[in-house]
Amino acid sequence: MAAPGSTRLVADQVKVGDALPELAYDVSATTVVLGALASRDWRPMHHDYDFAVNRNGVRNIFLNTPNQALWFERYVTDWTGPRGRIGRVKFKMMDSVFPGDRMVFRGVVSGVDTDAAGCCWASLDVSLRVGDKTMTTCAVRVAIPSHREDNPWKRAGADWRP
Amino acid sequence: MSDLPPEVQSWIGQVRYEEESSFEIERGYIFTSNASVENGNPLYWDDAVAQELTGGPVAPLSMLSVWFRPHHWKPDREKTRMPYQIHFDLKAALDLPEAIMTDNELVFGVPVRPGDKLFARQSLASVSPLKRTKLGTGRFWAIEVVYSNQRGEMVAEESITGYGYRRDA
Repeated sequence: MAAPGSTRLVADQVKVGDALPELAYDVSATTVVLGALASRDWRPMHHDYDFAVNRNGVRNIFLNTPNQALWFERYVTDWTGPRGRIGRVKFKMMDSVFPGDRMVFRGVVSGVDTDAAGCCWASLDVSLRVGDKTMTTCAVRVAIPSHREDNPWKRAGADWRP
Repeated sequence: MSDLPPEVQSWIGQVRYEEESSFEIERGYIFTSNASVENGNPLYWDDAVAQELTGGPVAPLSMLSVWFRPHHWKPDREKTRMPYQIHFDLKAALDLPEAIMTDNELVFGVPVRPGDKLFARQSLASVSPLKRTKLGTGRFWAIEVVYSNQRGEMVAEESITGYGYRRDA
């Protein structure tokens, strides 16, 4: 995957069916605890092994929801570059991500459209998988520049229709 | 006929909590959050890029809940309030000791910037009948949160689905 600052995606480079570059990351206990504390989530299942196993009934501490959201955001904007502006995100968690897991993010473009205000949108189906199992799915609608000088971040009011 | 306790039934459709962010939006947590996912987006690390594209530094969109999580301890508070307090109210009212979040949808409005003060209104949208899953027996519920900034601009609308349950014996 290209360094984020070097990416400058525009709409005519994107078509339905395009695959986003894959992102793989090995999760450690530090990943889980850092993610929880960065999101000010002090709940014990994200840092206390004994609580997670014996109280929650899972096999280890696990990634919290806000940190998963940040992983998805990072994955999408790695692809779009900094001009990409996410308008809508919907994710569904089927199972938890634990230390020792290798999480793999994959995404595919499911739609490209321009709204009535002239904003170009890419719809993405993104998944977080561990091995053969899908842990979380994420549907994203992200505004991308229609041309090299366009900047979705400048849109406001009626011109921003996520 | 709903099998919900009348108290819980009365919460549905009502704004149950209105709250302010725990502190003004600040860059320390923005850097730490980006570090936690190794997000190198120059919007968050290069002020010149942030100025050119968005008119100044912004926070990652997914950090919304971060700003509302209460301090783990505070000297003038006897009991720690929880984020998504309705989720915890439901666990208590329905006697479901365990809970997880399953679905989350966010629609984003204006960007969040360092120095902003945010406001959130939480309401309960629905509670399901009892359902059995691999975790145990419990109920799914949907919580809606509307976020705005100090200028009254819509920052985001969030829908969260939780599942409160009791582990099967």
